[in-house]
Amino acid sequence: MIAEALSYPFFQRALIAGLLASVACGVMGSLVVVRKISSIAGGLSHAAFGGVGLGYLFGFDPMIGALGFGVASAAGLGAAELRMRQGLDTLISMVWAVGMALGIVFVSLAPGPAPDLLGFLFGNILLVSPGYLLLVAALDLLVILVVFALFRQLRAICFDEEFSWVVGVPVAPLFLLMLVLVALTVVTLIRVVGVILVIALLTMPAAIARHWTDQLLRMMLLSVGIGAVCISGGLFLTYALSARYALDLPTGPAIILLAALLFGISFASRTIGRRNG
Amino acid sequence: MSDRGRTLIEFRGVTVRFGERTVLDSIDFVVEQGDFVGIIGPNAGGKTTLLKVMLGLVEPDEGEVLAFGTSPREARGLIGYVPQYARFDADFPITVAEMVGMGRLGRGRGRSRSEDREAVSRALTRLELTSVATARLGKLSGGQLQRALIARALVSEPRALLLDEPTASLDTQIGRSVYELLEQLADEIPIVLVSHDVGVISRTVRTIACLNVRMHYHHSKELTPEMVEAVYGCPVDLVAHGVPHRVLELHDGAR
Repeated sequence: MIAEALSYPFFQRALIAGLLASVACGVMGSLVVVRKISSIAGGLSHAAFGGVGLGYLFGFDPMIGALGFGVASAAGLGAAELRMRQGLDTLISMVWAVGMALGIVFVSLAPGPAPDLLGFLFGNILLVSPGYLLLVAALDLLVILVVFALFRQLRAICFDEEFSWVVGVPVAPLFLLMLVLVALTVVTLIRVVGVILVIALLTMPAAIARHWTDQLLRMMLLSVGIGAVCISGGLFLTYALSARYALDLPTGPAIILLAALLFGISFASRTIGRRNG
Repeated sequence: MSDRGRTLIEFRGVTVRFGERTVLDSIDFVVEQGDFVGIIGPNAGGKTTLLKVMLGLVEPDEGEVLAFGTSPREARGLIGYVPQYARFDADFPITVAEMVGMGRLGRGRGRSRSEDREAVSRALTRLELTSVATARLGKLSGGQLQRALIARALVSEPRALLLDEPTASLDTQIGRSVYELLEQLADEIPIVLVSHDVGVISRTVRTIACLNVRMHYHHSKELTPEMVEAVYGCPVDLVAHGVPHRVLELHDGAR
Protein backbone atom coordinates (compact mmCIF):
# COMPACT_ATOMS: atom_id res chain seq x y z
CA MET A 1 0.00 0.00 0.00
CA ILE A 2 2.80 2.40 0.95
CA ALA A 3 4.81 1.53 -2.18
CA GLU A 4 1.70 2.01 -4.28
CA ALA A 5 1.04 5.43 -2.81
CA LEU A 6 4.66 6.47 -3.31
CA SER A 7 4.50 5.52 -6.98
CA TYR A 8 2.19 8.47 -7.71
CA PRO A 9 3.98 11.76 -8.44
CA PHE A 10 1.22 13.78 -6.74
CA PHE A 11 1.64 11.72 -3.57
CA GLN A 12 5.42 12.07 -3.69
CA ARG A 13 5.06 15.85 -3.95
CA ALA A 14 2.53 15.89 -1.13
CA LEU A 15 4.80 13.85 1.13
CA ILE A 16 7.86 15.98 0.37
CA ALA A 17 5.78 19.13 0.94
CA GLY A 18 4.57 17.77 4.28
CA LEU A 19 8.04 16.80 5.45
CA LEU A 20 9.46 20.18 4.41
CA ALA A 21 6.56 22.03 6.05
CA SER A 22 7.11 20.18 9.32
CA VAL A 23 10.56 21.80 9.67
CA ALA A 24 9.39 25.43 9.71
CA CYS A 25 6.26 24.35 11.55
CA GLY A 26 8.20 22.60 14.33
CA VAL A 27 10.71 25.40 14.83
CA MET A 28 8.30 28.34 14.72
CA GLY A 29 5.52 26.39 16.44
CA SER A 30 7.80 25.82 19.44
CA LEU A 31 8.42 29.57 19.74
CA VAL A 32 4.68 30.26 19.40
CA VAL A 33 3.88 27.77 22.18
CA VAL A 34 6.50 28.93 24.69
CA ARG A 35 5.80 32.62 24.03
CA LYS A 36 2.05 31.89 24.30
CA ILE A 37 1.10 33.73 21.11
CA SER A 38 -1.01 31.04 19.46
CA SER A 39 -3.97 33.43 19.31
CA ILE A 40 -1.79 35.92 17.39
CA ALA A 41 -0.72 33.13 15.01
CA GLY A 42 -4.40 32.22 14.53
CA GLY A 43 -5.18 35.86 13.78
CA LEU A 44 -2.38 35.94 11.20
CA SER A 45 -3.64 32.88 9.34
CA HIS A 46 -7.19 34.21 9.13
CA ALA A 47 -5.97 37.69 8.17
CA ALA A 48 -4.04 36.03 5.32
CA PHE A 49 -7.35 34.93 3.84
CA GLY A 50 -8.01 38.57 2.99
CA GLY A 51 -4.90 38.46 0.81
CA VAL A 52 -6.14 35.31 -0.90
CA GLY A 53 -9.33 37.16 -1.84
CA LEU A 54 -7.35 40.17 -3.03
CA GLY A 55 -5.31 37.92 -5.29
CA TYR A 56 -8.47 36.55 -6.90
CA LEU A 57 -9.94 40.04 -7.27
CA PHE A 58 -6.93 41.53 -9.06
CA GLY A 59 -5.76 38.38 -10.81
CA PHE A 60 -2.43 37.70 -9.09
CA ASP A 61 -1.29 34.61 -7.19
CA PRO A 62 -3.48 34.37 -4.05
CA MET A 63 -0.46 33.10 -2.07
CA ILE A 64 1.33 36.39 -2.75
CA GLY A 65 -1.70 38.23 -1.38
CA ALA A 66 -1.77 35.93 1.65
CA LEU A 67 1.93 36.59 2.31
CA GLY A 68 1.37 40.35 2.11
CA PHE A 69 -1.62 40.32 4.44
CA GLY A 70 0.08 37.89 6.82
CA VAL A 71 3.28 39.93 7.13
CA ALA A 72 1.38 43.24 7.47
CA SER A 73 -0.82 41.75 10.17
CA ALA A 74 2.25 40.36 11.95
CA ALA A 75 3.80 43.82 12.06
CA GLY A 76 0.56 45.38 13.33
CA LEU A 77 -0.25 42.76 15.94
CA GLY A 78 3.38 42.56 17.01
CA ALA A 79 3.57 46.29 17.62
CA ALA A 80 0.28 46.12 19.53
CA GLU A 81 1.50 43.19 21.66
CA LEU A 82 4.61 45.16 22.65
CA ARG A 83 2.65 48.29 23.54
CA MET A 84 -0.71 47.21 24.95
CA ARG A 85 -0.83 44.45 27.51
CA GLN A 86 -4.58 44.63 27.90
CA GLY A 87 -7.27 44.57 25.26
CA LEU A 88 -5.05 42.79 22.76
CA ASP A 89 -7.40 39.81 22.55
CA THR A 90 -10.11 42.10 21.16
CA LEU A 91 -7.74 43.42 18.51
CA ILE A 92 -6.68 39.89 17.54
CA SER A 93 -10.33 38.85 17.21
CA MET A 94 -10.97 41.85 14.98
CA VAL A 95 -8.00 41.11 12.71
CA TRP A 96 -9.08 37.45 12.67
CA ALA A 97 -12.66 38.21 11.57
CA VAL A 98 -11.90 41.19 9.32
CA GLY A 99 -9.34 39.11 7.37
CA MET A 100 -11.93 36.42 6.71
CA ALA A 101 -14.61 38.98 5.84
CA LEU A 102 -12.31 40.81 3.43
CA GLY A 103 -11.36 37.53 1.76
CA ILE A 104 -14.99 36.60 1.17
CA VAL A 105 -15.93 40.11 -0.05
CA PHE A 106 -12.95 40.24 -2.45
CA VAL A 107 -13.74 36.78 -3.83
CA SER A 108 -17.40 37.69 -4.34
CA LEU A 109 -16.32 40.82 -6.27
CA ALA A 110 -13.81 38.88 -8.40
CA PRO A 111 -14.71 38.41 -12.07
CA GLY A 112 -15.24 34.97 -13.61
CA PRO A 113 -16.28 31.69 -11.98
CA ALA A 114 -16.04 31.40 -8.21
CA PRO A 115 -12.70 29.92 -7.17
CA ASP A 116 -12.38 26.80 -5.01
CA LEU A 117 -12.06 28.34 -1.57
CA LEU A 118 -12.29 25.03 0.27
CA GLY A 119 -8.67 24.35 -0.64
CA PHE A 120 -7.62 27.52 1.17
CA LEU A 121 -9.94 26.98 4.11
CA PHE A 122 -9.10 23.32 4.75
CA GLY A 123 -5.96 22.77 2.67
CA ASN A 124 -5.23 20.48 -0.23
CA ILE A 125 -1.77 19.06 0.09
CA LEU A 126 -2.42 16.56 -2.72
CA LEU A 127 -2.52 19.37 -5.28
CA VAL A 128 0.77 21.11 -4.42
CA SER A 129 3.00 22.08 -7.34
CA PRO A 130 6.79 21.67 -7.70
CA GLY A 131 7.02 25.45 -7.25
CA TYR A 132 5.39 25.11 -3.82
CA LEU A 133 8.08 22.64 -2.78
CA LEU A 134 10.73 25.23 -3.62
CA LEU A 135 8.81 27.84 -1.63
CA VAL A 136 8.66 25.64 1.47
CA ALA A 137 12.32 24.66 1.10
CA ALA A 138 13.27 28.36 0.93
CA LEU A 139 11.13 29.08 4.01
CA ASP A 140 12.83 26.24 5.91
CA LEU A 141 16.24 27.62 5.02
CA LEU A 142 15.26 31.12 6.15
CA VAL A 143 13.74 29.88 9.41
CA ILE A 144 16.72 27.67 10.24
CA LEU A 145 19.26 30.38 9.48
CA VAL A 146 17.48 33.12 11.44
CA VAL A 147 16.35 31.07 14.43
CA PHE A 148 19.65 29.33 15.00
CA ALA A 149 21.70 32.49 14.49
CA LEU A 150 19.54 34.30 17.07
CA PHE A 151 18.52 31.32 19.16
CA ARG A 152 19.68 32.57 22.58
CA GLN A 153 18.16 36.00 22.06
CA LEU A 154 14.82 34.59 20.83
CA ARG A 155 14.69 32.17 23.77
CA ALA A 156 15.46 35.04 26.13
CA ILE A 157 12.68 37.32 24.85
CA CYS A 158 10.21 34.43 24.96
CA PHE A 159 11.15 33.64 28.57
CA ASP A 160 11.60 37.08 30.10
CA GLU A 161 11.08 40.04 27.80
CA GLU A 162 11.68 42.63 30.52
CA PHE A 163 15.03 41.24 31.69
CA SER A 164 16.14 40.78 28.07
CA TRP A 165 15.52 44.46 27.44
CA VAL A 166 17.35 45.42 30.63
CA VAL A 167 20.54 43.61 29.58
CA GLY A 168 20.41 45.22 26.14
CA VAL A 169 18.71 42.66 23.87
CA PRO A 170 16.76 44.46 21.07
CA VAL A 171 13.43 42.99 22.15
CA ALA A 172 11.03 44.79 19.81
CA PRO A 173 12.89 44.13 16.52
CA LEU A 174 13.44 40.49 17.48
CA PHE A 175 9.81 39.98 18.46
CA LEU A 176 8.61 41.50 15.19
CA LEU A 177 11.08 39.37 13.22
CA MET A 178 9.77 36.30 15.04
CA LEU A 179 6.18 37.20 14.20
CA VAL A 180 7.01 37.80 10.53
CA LEU A 181 8.58 34.32 10.39
CA VAL A 182 5.46 32.93 12.07
CA ALA A 183 3.33 34.69 9.43
CA LEU A 184 5.45 33.27 6.58
CA THR A 185 5.18 29.79 8.12
CA VAL A 186 1.46 30.06 8.67
CA VAL A 187 0.80 31.28 5.13
CA THR A 188 2.94 28.54 3.64
CA LEU A 189 1.16 25.89 5.72
CA ILE A 190 -2.23 27.04 4.42
CA ARG A 191 -1.66 24.73 1.43
CA VAL A 192 -1.26 21.77 3.77
CA VAL A 193 -4.19 22.12 6.18
CA GLY A 194 -5.89 25.40 5.27
CA VAL A 195 -6.51 28.72 7.01
CA ILE A 196 -8.83 27.30 9.64
CA LEU A 197 -6.68 24.38 10.79
CA VAL A 198 -3.20 25.79 10.39
CA ILE A 199 -2.93 27.01 13.97
CA ALA A 200 -3.47 23.45 15.21
CA LEU A 201 -0.68 22.11 13.00
CA LEU A 202 1.60 24.88 14.20
CA THR A 203 1.00 24.33 17.90
CA MET A 204 0.09 20.69 18.52
CA PRO A 205 3.42 19.06 17.59
CA ALA A 206 5.20 21.67 19.72
CA ALA A 207 2.78 21.14 22.60
CA ILE A 208 3.41 17.37 22.43
CA ALA A 209 7.18 17.92 22.29
CA ARG A 210 7.00 20.15 25.36
CA HIS A 211 5.76 17.19 27.36
CA TRP A 212 9.04 15.36 26.84
CA THR A 213 11.92 17.82 27.08
CA ASP A 214 13.30 20.56 29.30
CA GLN A 215 15.21 22.38 26.57
CA LEU A 216 13.85 24.60 23.81
CA LEU A 217 16.26 23.38 21.13
CA ARG A 218 15.31 19.76 21.77
CA MET A 219 11.67 20.78 21.80
CA MET A 220 12.08 22.25 18.32
CA LEU A 221 13.78 19.13 16.95
CA LEU A 222 11.21 16.83 18.53
CA SER A 223 8.41 19.02 17.24
CA VAL A 224 9.76 18.77 13.68
CA GLY A 225 9.72 14.97 13.98
CA ILE A 226 6.21 14.88 15.44
CA GLY A 227 4.94 17.23 12.71
CA ALA A 228 6.48 14.98 10.05
CA VAL A 229 4.80 11.93 11.60
CA CYS A 230 1.41 13.69 11.74
CA ILE A 231 1.52 14.97 8.15
CA SER A 232 2.87 11.81 6.56
CA GLY A 233 0.58 9.70 8.80
CA GLY A 234 -2.45 11.74 7.70
CA LEU A 235 -1.44 11.38 4.07
CA PHE A 236 -0.99 7.61 4.20
CA LEU A 237 -4.12 7.15 6.31
CA THR A 238 -6.40 9.02 3.91
CA TYR A 239 -4.80 7.29 0.92
CA ALA A 240 -5.33 3.87 2.50
CA LEU A 241 -8.94 4.60 3.43
CA SER A 242 -9.61 5.81 -0.09
CA ALA A 243 -7.86 2.93 -1.88
CA ARG A 244 -9.15 0.13 0.33
CA TYR A 245 -12.57 1.30 1.50
CA ALA A 246 -13.42 3.98 -1.11
CA LEU A 247 -13.72 6.38 1.84
CA ASP A 248 -12.59 9.82 0.68
CA LEU A 249 -11.55 11.84 3.72
CA PRO A 250 -9.94 15.27 3.35
CA THR A 251 -6.25 15.06 4.22
CA GLY A 252 -5.95 18.35 6.17
CA PRO A 253 -8.51 17.49 8.86
CA ALA A 254 -7.12 13.93 9.04
CA ILE A 255 -3.64 15.36 9.83
CA ILE A 256 -5.07 17.55 12.57
CA LEU A 257 -7.11 14.72 14.11
CA LEU A 258 -4.03 12.50 14.11
CA ALA A 259 -2.05 15.26 15.86
CA ALA A 260 -4.86 15.64 18.41
CA LEU A 261 -4.82 11.89 19.04
CA LEU A 262 -1.04 11.97 19.59
CA PHE A 263 -1.45 14.93 21.93
CA GLY A 264 -4.03 13.00 23.98
CA ILE A 265 -1.76 9.94 24.21
CA SER A 266 1.24 12.11 25.11
CA PHE A 267 -0.68 14.01 27.77
CA ALA A 268 -2.06 10.82 29.32
CA SER A 269 1.39 9.14 29.31
CA ARG A 270 2.99 12.14 30.95
CA THR A 271 0.28 12.41 33.58
CA ILE A 272 0.50 8.68 34.42
CA GLY A 273 4.30 8.89 34.42
CA ARG A 274 4.25 11.78 36.90
CA ARG A 275 1.79 10.00 39.19
CA ASN A 276 4.02 6.95 39.24
CA GLY A 277 6.95 9.08 40.26
CA MET B 1 36.79 51.61 47.99
CA SER B 2 38.31 54.82 46.64
CA ASP B 3 35.25 56.10 44.77
CA ARG B 4 32.78 55.43 47.60
CA GLY B 5 30.16 58.15 47.65
CA ARG B 6 30.31 58.80 43.91
CA THR B 7 26.81 59.38 42.50
CA LEU B 8 25.67 56.52 40.24
CA ILE B 9 21.92 57.01 39.86
CA GLU B 10 20.11 60.28 40.44
CA PHE B 11 16.41 61.19 40.40
CA ARG B 12 15.60 64.89 40.07
CA GLY B 13 11.94 65.75 40.69
CA VAL B 14 10.66 62.58 39.01
CA THR B 15 6.91 62.17 38.63
CA VAL B 16 5.24 59.18 37.00
CA ARG B 17 1.54 58.90 36.23
CA PHE B 18 -0.41 55.92 34.99
CA GLY B 19 -3.44 57.58 33.44
CA GLU B 20 -5.05 59.76 36.08
CA ARG B 21 -3.17 58.10 38.95
CA THR B 22 0.11 59.55 40.19
CA VAL B 23 2.41 56.65 41.07
CA LEU B 24 5.57 58.60 41.90
CA ASP B 25 5.43 62.25 42.92
CA SER B 26 8.43 64.62 42.75
CA ILE B 27 11.03 62.02 43.71
CA ASP B 28 14.55 63.21 44.53
CA PHE B 29 16.82 60.28 45.21
CA VAL B 30 20.49 59.40 44.84
CA VAL B 31 22.27 56.06 44.78
CA GLU B 32 25.98 56.33 45.48
CA GLN B 33 28.89 53.95 45.18
CA GLY B 34 28.94 51.77 48.31
CA ASP B 35 25.22 52.18 49.01
CA PHE B 36 22.97 49.35 50.18
CA VAL B 37 19.56 51.00 50.13
CA GLY B 38 16.34 49.40 51.23
CA ILE B 39 13.12 51.01 50.00
CA ILE B 40 10.08 50.22 52.09
CA GLY B 41 6.49 51.20 51.68
CA PRO B 42 2.99 49.82 51.34
CA ASN B 43 1.78 47.82 48.35
CA ALA B 44 0.98 50.04 45.35
CA GLY B 45 3.22 52.71 46.85
CA GLY B 46 5.38 52.90 43.69
CA LYS B 47 8.33 50.73 44.77
CA THR B 48 8.45 48.54 41.66
CA THR B 49 7.79 51.55 39.42
CA LEU B 50 10.77 53.32 41.00
CA LEU B 51 13.01 50.38 40.05
CA LYS B 52 11.56 50.33 36.54
CA VAL B 53 12.31 54.03 36.12
CA MET B 54 15.93 53.36 37.15
CA LEU B 55 16.10 50.59 34.55
CA GLY B 56 14.55 52.70 31.78
CA LEU B 57 11.49 50.43 31.57
CA VAL B 58 9.22 53.31 32.59
CA GLU B 59 9.74 56.88 31.39
CA PRO B 60 9.05 59.70 33.87
CA ASP B 61 6.31 62.20 33.00
CA GLU B 62 8.24 64.95 34.75
CA GLY B 63 11.77 65.31 36.04
CA GLU B 64 15.00 63.65 35.05
CA VAL B 65 16.83 60.42 35.83
CA LEU B 66 20.54 59.93 35.31
CA ALA B 67 22.14 56.50 35.50
CA PHE B 68 25.93 56.49 35.26
CA GLY B 69 25.81 59.98 33.79
CA THR B 70 23.34 59.19 31.03
CA SER B 71 19.71 58.20 30.56
CA PRO B 72 18.65 54.81 31.93
CA ARG B 73 17.89 53.63 28.38
CA GLU B 74 21.44 54.43 27.36
CA ALA B 75 22.76 52.77 30.51
CA ARG B 76 21.06 49.46 29.71
CA GLY B 77 23.31 46.59 30.70
CA LEU B 78 25.08 48.50 33.46
CA ILE B 79 22.42 47.74 36.05
CA GLY B 80 21.68 44.18 37.17
CA TYR B 81 18.01 43.43 37.83
CA VAL B 82 16.40 40.73 39.95
CA PRO B 83 12.63 40.77 39.38
CA GLN B 84 10.01 39.11 41.54
CA TYR B 85 10.24 35.48 40.55
CA ALA B 86 6.56 34.58 40.96
CA ARG B 87 5.71 35.75 37.45
CA PHE B 88 7.79 33.16 35.58
CA ASP B 89 6.35 30.26 33.61
CA ALA B 90 7.60 27.28 35.58
CA ASP B 91 7.07 24.99 32.57
CA PHE B 92 9.25 27.02 30.22
CA PRO B 93 11.80 24.64 28.64
CA ILE B 94 14.97 26.26 29.93
CA THR B 95 17.65 24.98 32.29
CA VAL B 96 19.17 26.91 35.18
CA ALA B 97 22.46 27.43 33.33
CA GLU B 98 20.63 28.63 30.20
CA MET B 99 18.58 31.08 32.26
CA VAL B 100 21.65 32.43 34.04
CA GLY B 101 23.35 32.76 30.63
CA MET B 102 20.68 35.29 29.62
CA GLY B 103 22.71 37.82 31.59
CA ARG B 104 25.48 37.57 28.98
CA LEU B 105 23.30 38.54 26.03
CA GLY B 106 23.65 42.29 26.21
CA ARG B 107 26.04 44.66 24.57
CA GLY B 108 29.72 44.52 25.42
CA ARG B 109 29.66 41.21 27.29
CA GLY B 110 31.74 38.12 26.61
CA ARG B 111 33.52 38.19 23.30
CA SER B 112 33.07 34.45 22.86
CA ARG B 113 30.75 31.64 23.83
CA SER B 114 33.51 30.07 25.92
CA GLU B 115 33.91 33.31 27.89
CA ASP B 116 30.16 33.32 28.46
CA ARG B 117 30.19 29.71 29.62
CA GLU B 118 33.02 30.45 32.06
CA ALA B 119 31.16 33.46 33.47
CA VAL B 120 28.01 31.39 33.93
CA SER B 121 29.98 28.61 35.56
CA ARG B 122 31.59 31.07 38.01
CA ALA B 123 28.21 32.56 38.89
CA LEU B 124 26.64 29.13 39.44
CA THR B 125 29.53 28.12 41.68
CA ARG B 126 29.34 31.32 43.71
CA LEU B 127 25.60 31.00 44.22
CA GLU B 128 25.93 27.26 45.03
CA LEU B 129 23.85 26.19 42.06
CA THR B 130 26.31 23.90 40.26
CA SER B 131 24.40 20.76 41.21
CA VAL B 132 21.21 22.04 39.58
CA ALA B 133 22.81 23.69 36.52
CA THR B 134 21.12 21.33 34.05
CA ALA B 135 17.79 21.14 35.89
CA ARG B 136 14.71 22.80 34.46
CA LEU B 137 13.99 26.08 36.17
CA GLY B 138 10.56 24.90 37.31
CA LYS B 139 12.15 22.14 39.40
CA LEU B 140 14.04 24.52 41.71
CA SER B 141 12.98 25.36 45.25
CA GLY B 142 12.04 28.96 46.01
CA GLY B 143 15.44 29.75 47.54
CA GLN B 144 17.35 28.14 44.65
CA LEU B 145 15.27 30.06 42.12
CA GLN B 146 15.95 33.34 43.90
CA ARG B 147 19.69 32.58 43.90
CA ALA B 148 19.48 31.68 40.19
CA LEU B 149 17.88 35.06 39.46
CA ILE B 150 20.63 36.82 41.42
CA ALA B 151 23.25 34.77 39.49
CA ARG B 152 21.63 35.88 36.21
CA ALA B 153 21.89 39.51 37.25
CA LEU B 154 25.50 39.16 38.45
CA VAL B 155 26.73 37.30 35.38
CA SER B 156 26.17 40.46 33.35
CA GLU B 157 28.90 42.13 35.48
CA PRO B 158 26.66 45.06 36.45
CA ARG B 159 27.81 48.22 38.21
CA ALA B 160 24.70 48.31 40.42
CA LEU B 161 22.12 45.73 41.47
CA LEU B 162 18.37 46.27 41.86
CA LEU B 163 16.14 43.69 43.53
CA ASP B 164 12.34 43.68 43.64
CA GLU B 165 10.92 41.96 46.72
CA PRO B 166 13.72 39.35 46.80
CA THR B 167 12.15 37.33 49.61
CA ALA B 168 8.46 37.87 48.92
CA SER B 169 7.63 34.19 48.29
CA LEU B 170 10.22 32.60 50.55
CA ASP B 171 9.89 31.27 54.07
CA THR B 172 11.69 33.14 56.84
CA GLN B 173 14.81 30.95 57.02
CA ILE B 174 15.44 30.94 53.26
CA GLY B 175 14.68 34.65 53.13
CA ARG B 176 17.34 35.23 55.79
CA SER B 177 19.91 33.30 53.74
CA VAL B 178 19.13 35.49 50.72
CA TYR B 179 19.69 38.62 52.82
CA GLU B 180 22.99 37.20 54.12
CA LEU B 181 24.06 36.72 50.52
CA LEU B 182 23.06 40.30 49.69
CA GLU B 183 25.07 41.60 52.65
CA GLN B 184 28.16 39.91 51.18
CA LEU B 185 27.43 41.28 47.72
CA ALA B 186 26.95 44.80 49.09
CA ASP B 187 30.69 44.96 49.80
CA GLU B 188 31.35 44.66 46.06
CA ILE B 189 28.46 46.40 44.34
CA PRO B 190 25.88 49.05 45.25
CA ILE B 191 22.47 47.51 45.88
CA VAL B 192 18.96 48.91 45.91
CA LEU B 193 16.19 46.60 47.03
CA VAL B 194 12.52 47.17 47.59
CA SER B 195 10.37 45.30 50.05
CA HIS B 196 7.27 45.71 52.15
CA ASP B 197 8.96 43.67 54.89
CA VAL B 198 10.14 46.50 57.15
CA GLY B 199 11.55 44.23 59.86
CA VAL B 200 13.93 42.14 57.80
CA ILE B 201 15.02 44.92 55.48
CA SER B 202 15.90 47.28 58.31
CA ARG B 203 18.27 44.73 59.84
CA THR B 204 20.10 44.19 56.54
CA VAL B 205 20.54 47.40 54.59
CA ARG B 206 22.78 50.41 55.30
CA THR B 207 20.22 53.11 54.49
CA ILE B 208 16.43 53.12 54.34
CA ALA B 209 14.06 55.11 52.15
CA CYS B 210 10.32 55.22 52.68
CA LEU B 211 8.12 55.41 49.60
CA ASN B 212 4.41 55.84 49.24
CA VAL B 213 4.09 57.87 46.02
CA ARG B 214 6.34 60.47 47.72
CA MET B 215 9.75 59.52 49.03
CA HIS B 216 11.32 60.20 52.44
CA TYR B 217 15.06 59.58 52.39
CA HIS B 218 17.88 61.09 54.42
CA HIS B 219 20.64 58.77 53.23
CA SER B 220 20.81 57.13 56.64
CA LYS B 221 19.42 54.12 58.40
CA GLU B 222 17.41 56.30 60.72
CA LEU B 223 13.73 55.50 60.43
CA THR B 224 11.87 58.14 62.35
CA PRO B 225 8.22 57.87 63.39
CA GLU B 226 7.59 60.89 61.18
CA MET B 227 8.97 59.09 58.09
CA VAL B 228 6.95 55.97 58.70
CA GLU B 229 3.86 57.97 59.54
CA ALA B 230 4.24 59.98 56.34
CA VAL B 231 4.56 56.83 54.29
CA TYR B 232 1.86 54.75 55.91
CA GLY B 233 -0.36 57.73 56.53
CA CYS B 234 -1.27 56.84 60.08
CA PRO B 235 0.08 57.20 63.61
CA VAL B 236 2.70 54.52 64.36
CA ASP B 237 4.69 53.41 67.33
CA LEU B 238 8.28 52.43 66.53
CA VAL B 239 9.11 49.44 68.72
CA ALA B 240 12.83 50.06 68.29
CA HIS B 241 15.03 52.16 66.12
CA GLY B 242 14.32 51.19 62.52
CA VAL B 243 12.52 47.95 63.18
CA PRO B 244 8.92 46.80 62.88
CA HIS B 245 6.36 49.33 63.89
CA ARG B 246 2.91 49.04 65.33
CA VAL B 247 0.12 50.76 63.48
CA LEU B 248 -1.94 52.60 66.05
CA GLU B 249 -4.89 53.44 63.88
CA LEU B 250 -6.13 51.46 60.87
CA HIS B 251 -6.72 53.26 57.62
CA ASP B 252 -6.85 52.53 53.87
CA GLY B 253 -3.17 53.17 53.23
CA ALA B 254 -2.09 50.73 55.93
CA ARG B 255 -3.19 47.69 53.96
